[in-house]
Amino acid sequence: MAYSDKVLDHYTHPRNVGSLDKNSAEVGTGLVGAPECGDVMKLQIKVNPATNVIEDAKFKTFGCGSAIASSSLATEWVKGKTVDEALTIKNTDIVKELSLPPVKIHCSVLAEDAIRAAIGDWKKKQGQPQTETATVAQQA
Amino acid sequence: MSITAIAPEEVNVSKGVKLPIYMDNHATTRTDPRVLEEMLPYFTENFGNAASRNHEFGWVAEQAVEQARERIAKLIGATSKEVIFTSGATESDNLAIKGVAEMYREKGNHIITQATEHKAVLDTCKRLEKYGYRVTYLPVQKDGRIDLDDLKRAMDDKTILVTLMTANNEIGVLQPIREIGALCHERGVLFHTDAVQAVGKVPFNVIQDNVDLASISAHKFYGPKGVGALYVRRKNPRVQLVAQIDGGGHERGMRSGTLNVPGIVGLGKAAALASEGMVEEAKQLAGLRDRLKDKIMGELDEVYINGSWEHRLPGNLNISFAYVEGESLLMGINDIAVSSGSACTSATLEPSYVLKALGAGDDLAHSSIRFGIGRFNTEVEVDYVAERVVDTVKRLRELSPLYEMAKEGIDLTKVQWAAEPSAH
Repeated sequence: MAYSDKVLDHYTHPRNVGSLDKNSAEVGTGLVGAPECGDVMKLQIKVNPATNVIEDAKFKTFGCGSAIASSSLATEWVKGKTVDEALTIKNTDIVKELSLPPVKIHCSVLAEDAIRAAIGDWKKKQGQPQTETATVAQQA
Repeated sequence: MSITAIAPEEVNVSKGVKLPIYMDNHATTRTDPRVLEEMLPYFTENFGNAASRNHEFGWVAEQAVEQARERIAKLIGATSKEVIFTSGATESDNLAIKGVAEMYREKGNHIITQATEHKAVLDTCKRLEKYGYRVTYLPVQKDGRIDLDDLKRAMDDKTILVTLMTANNEIGVLQPIREIGALCHERGVLFHTDAVQAVGKVPFNVIQDNVDLASISAHKFYGPKGVGALYVRRKNPRVQLVAQIDGGGHERGMRSGTLNVPGIVGLGKAAALASEGMVEEAKQLAGLRDRLKDKIMGELDEVYINGSWEHRLPGNLNISFAYVEGESLLMGINDIAVSSGSACTSATLEPSYVLKALGAGDDLAHSSIRFGIGRFNTEVEVDYVAERVVDTVKRLRELSPLYEMAKEGIDLTKVQWAAEPSAH
């Protein structure tokens, strides 16, 4: 299976790898997927409280090249957007941008879930009602 | 004759290795140049049909086939008459299992196999279940070997066949086939073994190992693809089979079809080379394999070997790198050919069923890499591979949320993950 150049690029030069302080009020953390499935994505956003603009985003992913690329791309796209704008990002946009084959579409779905989960977590911290968000992993 | 053939080594890269490096010798092997050389005349000058009884073209071809038969028989401790040629081990497995099942239907309808067999055996057994046969799939222990007591308990008066592989293609683990065979003979049950990964690599003798049927594949030990053999015992007991392919009665009526003379010649030559060089080569491969393991495990923590270390093919190393997914690892070492048990690398998105059977857990299956070292791999290649693997794993662990959580002291088995794994 040959990878698209963009997937290879994100894999070799991933953008925004790392972690934000998950205890900060301005940070939303989304952790989606499961090790048994072979895909786990952690996506974090730092939101400006005055403007609701996502000023920074970081990710870490356990998964194949397409999963890494999808989450790397997700962090690129959410930066500079408001929280509501970021909620409009669809997995199909990711599929198109990275030329993902059908068997890898689920990676883009997980990236979209990760964005929603991060936003959901941030909203929860702000005491705001959550919109359609993915459930976030709970630590026992 | 030297054991290692000279492979064409045009040095490509700074470290003295020619890229890409092939280290996937359980999937297939390069045809040894000496094998190819032996085959060629049977395409060009000596192209007769081995079944042409009436002219020299046929006689020459027949002679070459008989020599190959002898060579294979010698390698496995059989007689010539007991070697049947097929298109490969998948066909041999089908012929052995279905052929015995049909022939001995009056005697019984119960077959015993195990969970980590090759699909050629498992899918054949599944088909027989549809025809009304009962199949028991024995579990394996954590080291990948079956428990002989489980086998004893599973046998009953309707058992007609036990089919258990000699060496596993994914984890390289060797089953206790001598003891299995002895038990089968005691109980009057036929014993078939898929010996594909073992023949030519580790000692295998059908008499000493109490084997009644054995599947062999040329392309797994430096012969060509598209040809294999089935050993069918003629004495103590005499095994009979119902042919699965009809049309002319070739191979003592067991397998019709014009013989692939060049392929068979190749298989014979591969067997001859193995007979001569196997012991030395096994030492060499184990040395390279151990070097690879030591280098990798010397630099990385949380690395786990899958399957028994003691009972294993000399060239096999199957390891899981915790917190790193297999396909992403393969991408990082894309100038090295190996394979992974990760779901992402399979067409069906299922993780390796062999690793699952070891009870390791899907996450370690997703993190596994299979290295298959072979005749043409060198120490320089092993060092290069070790370095690239270590670098890539370190890099991917930096990217891994699981590694981060583990380092923070979080017990990953206690986390309630958001996604439920889909039912397998």
